[in-house]
Parts: sequence; C-alpha cells; structure tokens
Amino acid sequence: MIVTSSLIIWKALICVTGSESPVVVVLSESMEPGFQRGDILFLHMSKDPIRAGEIVVFNIDGRDIPIVHRVIKVHERKNTGEVDVLTKGDNNPGDDRLLYAKGQVWLHRHHIMGRSVGFLPYVGWVTIIMTEKPIIKYILIGALGLLVISSRD
Amino acid sequence: MHSFGYRANALLTFSVTALAFICAIASFSDKFSNQNPSAEIQILNINRLKKQSYGNDEVSLTLDISADLQSLFTWNTKQVFAFVAAEYESPMNSLNQVSLWDVIIPDKEHAKFRIQTSNKYRFIDQGHNLRGKEFNLTLHWHVMPKTGKMLADKIVMPGYSLPDAYK
Repeated sequence: MIVTSSLIIWKALICVTGSESPVVVVLSESMEPGFQRGDILFLHMSKDPIRAGEIVVFNIDGRDIPIVHRVIKVHERKNTGEVDVLTKGDNNPGDDRLLYAKGQVWLHRHHIMGRSVGFLPYVGWVTIIMTEKPIIKYILIGALGLLVISSRD
Repeated sequence: MHSFGYRANALLTFSVTALAFICAIASFSDKFSNQNPSAEIQILNINRLKKQSYGNDEVSLTLDISADLQSLFTWNTKQVFAFVAAEYESPMNSLNQVSLWDVIIPDKEHAKFRIQTSNKYRFIDQGHNLRGKEFNLTLHWHVMPKTGKMLADKIVMPGYSLPDAYK
C-alpha cells in the first residue's frame, strides 16, 4: 500500500513540477541552519528567469550528485537572454567557484535542474541511510519479501 | 487480511499520510499572517572603484543597512535569509544582480537590526561599465519554514550611483 501510493505520488510530482527529479535529499551541511542533512526539497522548474536569492539545484559536468545552493550573482545577456549565475551555500565561507568544473566561472541555465520551493524535514534520512549503509537496504527488502510470503491471502 | 503485517502496513500508511497533511496545513497557515517589513539602506562611502588587471570594474563600498523584518516570523518559521543586492543594467546585459551582503536571521529578536558593513562579496562587473552607473539596492528576504512552502520577496530602493571616475 505504502509502496504503490509513494510511486503514484512520485510520478504525479514529476508531471506537476515539470522536473525530472522533483524531490532531492539534502546531503551536506552547506545550507545550514536552513536545510539540514536528511531534509527533502521539492523542486520546480519554470521558464521564469533565474534571479538572485533563489535556491537552485544544479549539476556540475562530470559529477553525478546535484548541489543545492543559493544564487548570489546573475548577469543576463540582452541579446540572447542567456544568463551567467554564481552560487554559494549559505553556510559556506566562499562561493562555489571551487566546486565548478575546471575553468568554469559561471553556471548556465542548462546546469540547473530546478528551484527549491518547499521542504520537509527529516524525511530524507531513509534515503541517506540506505545509500550509506546498503546492508539496511538488503535487510528491508528481505523483511518485505518475508512479509509477502508469510501473509495469507 | 488481519495479519500483523497487514495491520502494521495500514497503520504506517495512515500515519505518514496524516503527517503529510499536518505539514501541509502548517504551511497553509502562513498565508494568513500579516506582513509589513521595512528597510532602509544608505551608502556611507565608496571605498574604491577600480579596473582589475584583466579588464573588469570592481567596487568596494560601505553600507549602512537598517531593517525591521519582525513581521515575517510566524510559528512555522525556521529562519529568514536576507541579502542586499545591487541591481543595474549594462550595455551587454539586460540585468546584473550582485549580492553584496547577507545574513541569516534565526528568530524574531534578531530581525530588527542596523548594521554598518563593507560589502561581503565582491562587486565585480562583466566589463567596465561602472563609472557613473546608477543602480538599485534591493533588500531580498527568503522565509524558510519549519515545514512547507518557502516565501521570498524584496524591497527595491532605487537611486544610488557610483562616481564618474576611478578612485
């Protein structure tokens, strides 16, 4: 019951928010105290221009873990509408240039997966525990399997 | 049908749904709060306006920022993130926003403040367009709730300008 309803909610969220990954788990402390490890963020991607202050989730070329930080600088071109963006984690002393790919000075729109519009605390711990201690994932799947086998009708 | 496993499953689903519902209501209650924040920013001094070695202009300035953001805090507020950004137009860019200073306000008591500070982040242009440039200083705030939807807004203060020559 809980698995199927989670799946339905997940798919619905993908449709509603227009983003491939509508929910992300906060993995680091770089946005504390606002976002803590284990919180989940709801994302939304619209065609609205990216503006300073927005909390965005972006991917760096060559890295697979998305980063959730705040936009602190925006330079938008007149002719093309393209935008140069600089981000920084609230709790970090410096901006994210150290995190960007080698030679990269700005983020562009195609790096950004979505804006954070809402959040739920603590719920993401399930994902973190299952990723960092895979044994728990196996135990959980084993227990679920036992439950299915042992329940009558 | 009445096995322990089935009942545990049903209980878990119900409690998770109820919890999600409560979080949504908590977030919705924020809509009813009356918010009237205020702010004022003065530029105390333009310390430097120079051209960097590879061509971009850079400004260093000292600001006097006073604000009262107490009305933004509700029972569902975890913190308010406020920052001051300089916003201006340049020949190549329709919009430039550069954050100069920011602060995390953890509770209502800290939300009314006055501070004099030089810019925390470097004010660097893409190009050398800053001489004589007129710009807005905007105080943005981002209300981050304990649970639910985040809210952002701003006060735009136009009418600031930079000196006509490098100094």
